[in-house]
Amino acid sequence: MSNYYLEVKNLTKYFGRRLIFSNLNFRLSDSGIFGISGPNGSGKSTLVKIIAGIIGANKGEVKHFLDGKEIIPEKIHNHIGFVSPYLVLYEEFSAEENLLMFAKIRGVDYDKSRVDYLFEKFLLLKRKDDLVKTYSSGMKQRLKFIFALMHSPKLIILDEPTSNLDDEGKNSVYELIREEGNKNIVVVASNEKNDLEQCTETIFLENFKQINQ
Amino acid sequence: MNSKAYNLFLKDFRSELRTRYAINALAMFIIVAISVILFSIGNEKINENLTAGLFWVVIFFTAMSGLSRAFVSEEERGTTLTLQLIASPTTVFSGKLIFNVILVFAMNAIIALLYGALFEDFIIKNFLLFLATFILGNIGLAVSSTIIAAIIAKAGAKGTLYPVLSFPILLPLILTCVQLTLFSFDGTSFEKSRFELAIIVSYDVIMITVSYLLFDFIWKE
Amino acid sequence: MIWKIFLFLLLAFVSVAGIAFPIVEKPSAWYEFPFIPGLEENAKIIFFHVPTAWVTVVAFLMSTIFSFRYLKNKNLDDDLKSYAAAQLGIIFCILATVTGAVWAKFAWGAFWSWDPRQTSIFALLLIYGAWFALRSSIESEEKRATLSSVYSIIAFVTVPFFIFVMPRIMTGLHPGSADDTNAGPVVNFKMNSNMLLIFFLSLIGFTILYLWMWKVGYKSLIYKEKIQKQFLRG
Repeated sequence: MSNYYLEVKNLTKYFGRRLIFSNLNFRLSDSGIFGISGPNGSGKSTLVKIIAGIIGANKGEVKHFLDGKEIIPEKIHNHIGFVSPYLVLYEEFSAEENLLMFAKIRGVDYDKSRVDYLFEKFLLLKRKDDLVKTYSSGMKQRLKFIFALMHSPKLIILDEPTSNLDDEGKNSVYELIREEGNKNIVVVASNEKNDLEQCTETIFLENFKQINQ
Repeated sequence: MNSKAYNLFLKDFRSELRTRYAINALAMFIIVAISVILFSIGNEKINENLTAGLFWVVIFFTAMSGLSRAFVSEEERGTTLTLQLIASPTTVFSGKLIFNVILVFAMNAIIALLYGALFEDFIIKNFLLFLATFILGNIGLAVSSTIIAAIIAKAGAKGTLYPVLSFPILLPLILTCVQLTLFSFDGTSFEKSRFELAIIVSYDVIMITVSYLLFDFIWKE
Repeated sequence: MIWKIFLFLLLAFVSVAGIAFPIVEKPSAWYEFPFIPGLEENAKIIFFHVPTAWVTVVAFLMSTIFSFRYLKNKNLDDDLKSYAAAQLGIIFCILATVTGAVWAKFAWGAFWSWDPRQTSIFALLLIYGAWFALRSSIESEEKRATLSSVYSIIAFVTVPFFIFVMPRIMTGLHPGSADDTNAGPVVNFKMNSNMLLIFFLSLIGFTILYLWMWKVGYKSLIYKEKIQKQFLRG
C-alpha cells in the first residue's frame, strides 16, 4: 500500500473564455485504478494534465501528499508517471539512452534491473539500443510505459493508454495496470470500454461537471 | 538541482552533436555576415566607432540566427511535454541557459578572433576591459535570448519574430557594449568605464531574476 | 456627461491658449508667455508634444500593470485592458515621435538626430511594435494573453536602462537635458507661472482624454468578444 494521496478541490478550467469544466472535487488515495471518462472535448486530457502539474487551472487546486506531507509543485514531476499519445521521446537517441538521460535529469538513480524488467515486459529488450527514430508507433507507445514506470512513481497517469497498441500490447498494459493498481494510484483517462473495465471507480465528465459512479 | 540542469544541458549538447541543428548554421552565418561586411567596406578605411558597432551587429544577428533553437527544437519535436514530466521549470531554464551561454561564448570568441585578424582597426589597448565587456555582454545576451526563445517557441512563430522581439530588450545591452568596446580600443581605464560596467552588471542581474520569475508562466502556459 | 464637457472646455482652452498666446520679451499681462532664448516661438510645442509623450509612458505603464494582473489572476479582461492601453500607447507614441521630429527640423535643423529621448521613444515604438507582432502571431486567446504579458514585463524592466544609458552615450539636445546649453532646464526656471499653468492643464487634459479613450477602448473590446461568442454559439 502506498501512502500517497491527491486532493482535487473546486477545480475550474477555461480555455480562453470557453469553460471546460467547473468545480471538480475528488480525492484519490493510497491505491486503486481510477477512470476518467467523458465525450470528446469534455476535458479528460486537460484534467490529467492539470493533475500532473503540466498546465495550471483557473480556479481551485490539486494537492499531492506523500506520508501526510504536501509535495511542493516544483517536485511533483518525480512522483508521477505519465503516458499519452501526444508524448514524444527524443528520436535521435536510443531507447536506453533516453531513459538514462531522464533518470539523470530527474536526479534519481537509474534502476537498471527495473528498466530491464520493463523492457522485457513490453517486448523491447532486443531493441533497446536502437534509435527511437526507427521504432514503429506501437513500439513508441510501449516505450512510453517504460518511461512512465522506470522511477517507480506513486501516481501513474495514463491518457488513452491503449492507442496504437496491438492486442498483445494491450494485454501487457492491462496486466500492468492491475499490478500497479495494487500498490499505487493509477488514473486512466479513456473512452475505450476495455480500458474502463479495469477501473474500480470512474469519474464521468459531462456538461462541464463530474458525475461520479 | 545544479547537476540536474547540467544533465539537461548534456542532453542538449549530445543531441546537438548528433543533429547539428545549430552549430552548422551558426558557423556559416558568421562567415557570411563577416564576408558581406568586408565586401561592402572594400578598400575604404573604417574608423573605430564603426568597427565596434559592426562587431556587435554581427554578434546580435548571429545570436538571433541560432539561439532560439534551444526551445524551438523541443517545441517542434513535441518533446516539451516530456521535459515538463522530468524536470521542474527552473531546471529546464537553467539547462537551456547553460547551453546558450556556452554557444554564445563559442561563437563570439570566433567572431572576435576573425575581427582581430581581418579588421585593421580592431586593436584592443585595454584587453582586460574588453574581456570584462565580452564576458558580461555574452551573459546578458544569452539570458535575454533564452527567455525570448521560450516565448517564441510557445508562440509557435518561426524565425522572423525572434529578432523583432529581442532587439528592444537587447538594445540597452548592445549600446553599452559598443561603448565599452570603444573604450577598450581607446585604452580607457577601468575607473573611467565603471558606470558602463555597472550598467551591464545590473542588466545581467535584472534579466536573470526576471527570466527565472517569468519562465514558470511561459512554461506552464 | 459633465466631465466630458469639462474635458472639452479644458482641451479647447489649452489649444487656443497654447497656440494663440503671444511670446514677449517681458511678459506683463496674464496671457503673455516669456521669451526663452534658443527656443522662441518653438517653445509652444511643450503644450502638445510633452503631453503626448507623457500619455505614451502612462499607457505603457498601465499596459504593464494589467499584464502583471493578468499573470496573477488569469482574468482575460485584464489582458484586454492591457491591450486597449497599448493600442492608445502606440498612437500617442507615434504622435509624440512625429510632432517631435517636425519640431526638431525647425529647432535643431534635422528631423532625427538620435538625441537620448529620441532614442528612448524609438525603443518604446520598437517595444510596442514587437508586442503587437507577438500578439498577432498567436491564435489561442489564453496563450496570447500569457505570452504578451510576460513580454511586456520583460520589456518594462529594460526601460530604466534607456533612462540611464542613453544620456551617457549620446549628447542630449532636448531643452532641459543636462547637455543643453542654450535653453537650460526650461521647465524649472524659464517658464513663468501662466506658461506652467497651461502646461499642467494640458497634461491633465491629455491624461483625462487618454483615460476616457482607454475605457471606451476596452469596453468595445469586451463587447466585441461577447458578440463573437454569441455568434459562435449560434
